[in-house]
Amino acid sequence: MIDAPPRLTRRQLLRDAGLAGGVAALPWFPAWAQPVSAGIATPLPTVSGTDIALTVGHQMTMIDGKPLHTIGVNGTVPGPLIRLRQGQTARLTVNNTLDEETSIHWHGLLVPFQMDGVPGISFPGIAARSTFTYEFPVVQAGTYWYHSHSGLQEQMGHYGPIVVDPDGTDPVASDREHVIVLSDHSPLHPHTIFRKLKQQGGYFNYQKQTLAGLLAGRDQPAKDRVAWGGMRMDPTDISDVTGSTYTYLVNGHGPADNWTALFAPGERVRLRFVNAAAMTIFNVRIPGLRMTIVQADGQNVRPVAVDEFQIAVAETYDVIVEPAEPRAYTLVAESWDRSGMARATLAPQVGMVAAVPPLRRRPLATMKDMGMGDMGAMNHAEAPAPCAPEHAAMGHCTPGAAAPMAMDHKMRDFANAPGLPRTPTVQTVAPMPMDRTGEPPQGLADAGHRVLVYRDLVALEKNPDQRAPSRQLRIHLTGNMERYMWAFDGVTLNEVKEPIPFRAGERVRVTLVNDTMMAHPIHLHGHFFELVTGHGDHSPRKHTINVAPGGTATFDLTADAVGDWAFHCHLLYHMHAGMMQVVTVRADDATEAAA
Amino acid sequence: MSALAMTLSALLAGGQMHDMANMPGMQMPATPKPAAAARKRPARRAAPASHAPSMPGMDMTAPAAACPPEHAATGHCKPATPTPAPEASAAPCPPEHAAMGHCKPATPTPAPEASAAPCPPEHAAMGHCKPATKPEPDAATLAGTDQPAGDAPPPAAPTTRAAARFYDPAAMAQADRMMRDMHGGMRFSQILFNLAEVQVQRGRDGYRWDGEGWFGGDIHRLVVKTEGEGGFGDRVDTAEVQALYARALDPYWNLQAGVRQDLGAGARRTYAVVGVEGLAPYWFDVEGAVFLSDKGDVLARGEAWYDQRITQRAILQPRVELNLAAQDMPDSRIGAGLSSAEFGVRLRYELRREFAPYVGVSWERRYGATARYARNDGERTGGIALALGVRAWF
Repeated sequence: MIDAPPRLTRRQLLRDAGLAGGVAALPWFPAWAQPVSAGIATPLPTVSGTDIALTVGHQMTMIDGKPLHTIGVNGTVPGPLIRLRQGQTARLTVNNTLDEETSIHWHGLLVPFQMDGVPGISFPGIAARSTFTYEFPVVQAGTYWYHSHSGLQEQMGHYGPIVVDPDGTDPVASDREHVIVLSDHSPLHPHTIFRKLKQQGGYFNYQKQTLAGLLAGRDQPAKDRVAWGGMRMDPTDISDVTGSTYTYLVNGHGPADNWTALFAPGERVRLRFVNAAAMTIFNVRIPGLRMTIVQADGQNVRPVAVDEFQIAVAETYDVIVEPAEPRAYTLVAESWDRSGMARATLAPQVGMVAAVPPLRRRPLATMKDMGMGDMGAMNHAEAPAPCAPEHAAMGHCTPGAAAPMAMDHKMRDFANAPGLPRTPTVQTVAPMPMDRTGEPPQGLADAGHRVLVYRDLVALEKNPDQRAPSRQLRIHLTGNMERYMWAFDGVTLNEVKEPIPFRAGERVRVTLVNDTMMAHPIHLHGHFFELVTGHGDHSPRKHTINVAPGGTATFDLTADAVGDWAFHCHLLYHMHAGMMQVVTVRADDATEAAA
Repeated sequence: MSALAMTLSALLAGGQMHDMANMPGMQMPATPKPAAAARKRPARRAAPASHAPSMPGMDMTAPAAACPPEHAATGHCKPATPTPAPEASAAPCPPEHAAMGHCKPATPTPAPEASAAPCPPEHAAMGHCKPATKPEPDAATLAGTDQPAGDAPPPAAPTTRAAARFYDPAAMAQADRMMRDMHGGMRFSQILFNLAEVQVQRGRDGYRWDGEGWFGGDIHRLVVKTEGEGGFGDRVDTAEVQALYARALDPYWNLQAGVRQDLGAGARRTYAVVGVEGLAPYWFDVEGAVFLSDKGDVLARGEAWYDQRITQRAILQPRVELNLAAQDMPDSRIGAGLSSAEFGVRLRYELRREFAPYVGVSWERRYGATARYARNDGERTGGIALALGVRAWF
């Protein structure tokens, strides 16, 4: 900590808040992203209708008063809000003014695969200085987003929100709404960021454990440090790219810009959160306000009131807040390694600010994050025996052993993952991966208030497909922090020989096993899947699931969208390093013929 | 030399087989207390009244979607008919939810015995446990994702591109190749000088360098190494360049093979090189190599260092290097056995990760015949030097 790079201090924020007005006046931001937003319920220069023109190009963007090179859509970062209506046909013409290929993927929209916008899988890409027209029916409602799937353009600013209004009444009523796009931006070119990670995996981590910290009694005690060193595992390895280079943005504005969302006291305000960051998972809270989650990944859920929620990269959450008093509230979106924050203000009028809480202490990975089951808890457990009967039943532990049992967990024992190839990509294999969807996300177990967990999510309506899965599939999320390699099932995409095949119409239970010590938000294109979290025919439907370190997540997938689809970790540099595969959904002619 | 090889193989093996038998916190409890644990889980959720949200924003036009009692009990919503604040006992609690710790069954039941361990359906489905036949509802009552999955075989993987029906197949094939190469197939490079320093010592000041560059992908790389030293106003004493092919063996270790050329004051020999380089447990960077010269001489070298972070930017690097020879090589002034050893400690400050000035001390000693050669040449056989340098990479 002693000489960490300059951090945002509260004083700085408050001082800089005074400048917000000046920044707000810049004319080239769409109104919803202006530092002072009146909410998108009022007429706005949003793009909508059946024919929408989008232009992708290089530009300079002011962030916290500094001009930075970005790639934007229609001249802004984020790009314009695309507002559609369920049931319409959307025709979007993309004009690529770059000297390189581009693309737009409609994240979460169920579109024909040839309109999904992934170069090499769904189409050839939009060549430099050319145009491409996407056309698809809009079959769903909710909050979604779009972004480039070419190169690392997404990190440069090539993303924006999509809101689809339902063709009937919206079960979520509100007096006003704001779209809140969270993202991360660096003055470094994304290819430079990736090169640094390849050269030195911990390049951006300035929160490592130090001797000074040990002497001051911080972080792990000496014997744990030795033990973790023996495993070549760094418990401070939470986020690969951190606030040491990133500025965290709300609607394209830095913390000092202080983007402000207006409300009138007593109103129900709907906040549509989109995490469009390349590498940053955010912990979101509004001190003084309860947030009621009403939608996740564009799908309505039964309301859950929370004080804080974690939004993984590529997820969306809609929340309702009801600020009763005419005061300002700070919206805090802390990066999950606590190396920085995105910040905005909710206020009845422009210029009001509330206190900005300081960054909380960064979490340390635990034994459980290495897939050691509940072993990590034992480290700090006082007395209670951690071998609960349901775990005993699962074979996770053995109750009643008379003497302490010496556990012999190898960090890379392929007996724990039969079929996984022994590639350099597989640094570790989780010995006891557990379903962690009922636990607070990484770093929030001791938040001291109510935090959303995946198991809280219950679909508002019955699931469209309630069949039992006909088969199941386990996919391992593997990686190597030292070589900065990431892959599904130990094989980076450039070495993958076959796609992951599904039969059209079949229902399959997919379990993602995270063998790494990092969270991975996994996104499947073209489908929603139902999380297997004990909610039967009201399982929450998502397009992206964040698999906790050393944990598992299970979903049931109805493979009903024929075509080829991308399937990948949505941490941009993990995908770029190879953590991506192609999923095919095809009619099984052979089977039909045989039957 | 064989000792070195053994050390290296032991390190390699340690990397593979390190286990956590002696990890702190890795011991299983002597006495399990299932009852306590079972009580603990529901307790986390047992405060529905405190959560009881007023459901802001939910326009409940569809009454069917309202609030089933078991979710009311979990604090997810509030039932439409105003009821007295639900006691845990008042809310119906289906056994599967009780089992998951979502609610507490109405009648206080004795803490479940390990034999009657609850087996939530999703775990059963994953094969983690077998549902007990007695207390669990039969499969017919399970809905949606609570149902177990079947064991149908997967389909065969198709070999065609779906997009080729809509776009030029050749363009798709090319885009596919580019896409695959872009996701994991990229090539990078790094040039790093771990040592680039001036050595201040009694008798004669000198300089020293030790650097390496790599070029390539994740698995296959070209590695170029160079190291050497000399005195100011004198010829370069020793200098060598190696060109190696490197292949990733496992997550941490690389096998390296290639050639080495000596360029210093001594004999200008050429060697074949085989070595390993990697990261050992406890974060030691380790290098070891065996050299076979064009005259049939055999040499070996081992190096190891460790970066001790004092603060986020101040790093102390102890480093050791051993040189060995299988025979006397008078032309190169190297004697059989352990020919020289060096131990250094350098404290660097990372102004940037890529650029870190350092100060340190280096202790060097020549042994046996090597020391004799040095004495005959009127050189010192060892001593301490103050090292001032820069660790840099790009």
